[in-house]
Amino acid sequence: MTAAASPRRLAWSRLMRHSLAQVSLAFLAVLFVLSLAAPLIAQLRGIDPSTTDLFRRLEAPSAEHWLGTDDLGRDLFQRLLDGGRVSLLVGLSGALLSAILGAIVGVLAGYLGGRLDSVLMRLTDGVIALPLLPLLIVLAAIDPRKIGIPADISQSETFSLYRIVVIVALTGWTTVARLVRAETLSLKARDFTRAAQALGAVPLRIMFRHILPNAAGSLVVATTMSVGTLILFESTLSFLGLGTQPPAASWGNMLTGAQELLQQAPVLALWPGLLIFLTVIAFNFVGDGLQDALDPRSERR
Amino acid sequence: MSRYLASRAVQTVVTLALMSFVVYLLIGLMPGDPIDMMIAGDPKMTSADAARLRAVYGIDKPLMERYLAWAGQALQGNFGYSRSFNQPVLAVLWPRLLNTLVLAGIAFGLATAIALPLGIWAAHRPRSRADYLINLLCFAGISAPPFWLALLLITLFAVTLGWLPAGGMADIRPGTPWPAALAERLRFLALPVATLTLVQLGAYTRFMRGAMIEALRQDYIRTARAKGVPEGRVLWGHAFANALAPVLTILALSFGGLLSGALITETMFAWPGMGKAIYQAILDNDYNLALVGLLIATLATIVGNLLADLAYVWVDPRVSIAGSA
Repeated sequence: MTAAASPRRLAWSRLMRHSLAQVSLAFLAVLFVLSLAAPLIAQLRGIDPSTTDLFRRLEAPSAEHWLGTDDLGRDLFQRLLDGGRVSLLVGLSGALLSAILGAIVGVLAGYLGGRLDSVLMRLTDGVIALPLLPLLIVLAAIDPRKIGIPADISQSETFSLYRIVVIVALTGWTTVARLVRAETLSLKARDFTRAAQALGAVPLRIMFRHILPNAAGSLVVATTMSVGTLILFESTLSFLGLGTQPPAASWGNMLTGAQELLQQAPVLALWPGLLIFLTVIAFNFVGDGLQDALDPRSERR
Repeated sequence: MSRYLASRAVQTVVTLALMSFVVYLLIGLMPGDPIDMMIAGDPKMTSADAARLRAVYGIDKPLMERYLAWAGQALQGNFGYSRSFNQPVLAVLWPRLLNTLVLAGIAFGLATAIALPLGIWAAHRPRSRADYLINLLCFAGISAPPFWLALLLITLFAVTLGWLPAGGMADIRPGTPWPAALAERLRFLALPVATLTLVQLGAYTRFMRGAMIEALRQDYIRTARAKGVPEGRVLWGHAFANALAPVLTILALSFGGLLSGALITETMFAWPGMGKAIYQAILDNDYNLALVGLLIATLATIVGNLLADLAYVWVDPRVSIAGSA
């Protein structure tokens, strides 16, 4: 290794030594491109993934339907891609939102300390003490009109998507908040923070220009790992019928009907679940690789 | 010790009170209200009747007032009736809580019994092939959606092989000799227990491995090895004893969460447990049942927290609660 390598390049080369992370990154990239290009692919294949055809239910894979058709005669491959778009979108934006929320709570609690710290941390503890899964279900079952959202907006498809993002983010920020608070506490005592204070930087500037950038490494690792968890949450909610609503496809709601069809078409239960599994494990491997890459101590191991 | 316990008990009660308000608020935001159900059930009802009923049941009052009225009743042990079961809420939840405890208890015991040795083994030979393989399995366990795992197990063992029932609970006729009854019960438990065990296994193993690696890095381990202490004693007597504290904490926390976390497994296998009851109650707008079920689940996680702290003190004599109380 050259002596002049920048920390970023070092981190990258360490990440690339983590072979599972490499494979995972490649997998996620392919998935990302394919699911974003799904409408285009559908056009090229001349297939409309939302058209049902009850005469062609549960067909075996063929040249026309690469993975066969589902219980309503829709093209399975195309619906898997559409579902992937929902999963990736919810996972990524939910993780980003919870990272922002958690980072703000964590840095405020850690840097300002005192009463604000204890209030914010009690709040975090309180949210952690809530039973996660039933809570997600209650949040997903809430009537948006009762919190003042007009009926026409609350019935739109985009709203139901945003709603899941917010729900999963509301439960995901606590891990990040605790992590950032701990990092802030240790960075607060470091010389560069004191120097900034001595130069008269206002607390807001110190928090967002000096402390958070230095906590970025662990923040990135935690956010990457949480993408996987949030994708699991989304698919669980959709599986239970409370997340993405049909006819829109999601890997979770594609599995809802699969249990009744296990006898006739066990393959229907295989593909969506396999994709959830692979996507989640890929995000976890990338997170693991990033941890090794960004943690300078890993050099010693 | 007693002072610490007293302060923790007060803290628990305060948290529970706060949480009951949050949950009450959330349940109130679900679609419709109990009177809507009565209107749906009686087509002859006029809107004047509905308004009168709302007044009788106090649904037109402000939120805080309604909550305090509910809390007052709850403190007297009156948690109301379940709409869908036509029974007092506690009478519905109690047997289901026991069912969940059976399922979650066995799965938790199994997962712990497998995860701890696996984690220790992996930590003993870090970066070895065994460690790599165990790590891979852990990631797989953490990443598999529980409902999909359940579907796979049902497909394999119930549909294809036909060895085990796909769901439900054993129906034991009175007079069945106990070995046969037990075997029948176990047959119905096998798949849900397997699912719930696999779901937890990965996380527990990783915790154990991490804690053990941390403990094995310490200087006293090098000292012990240098003195010629047998490796078995170094591992179990020195390292494991020190790695146990953080692991016990996480295990206690997880068990508290498991009571409601078994929801998916219970729903998939039609196991009449508490998680399934809460889920069903939310779907059926059975407000009282959902509310009390959620509160019991919250209480379980809080008690798990408390047990985690106590376990820490019990295992690690360096931590003194007298100082922190």
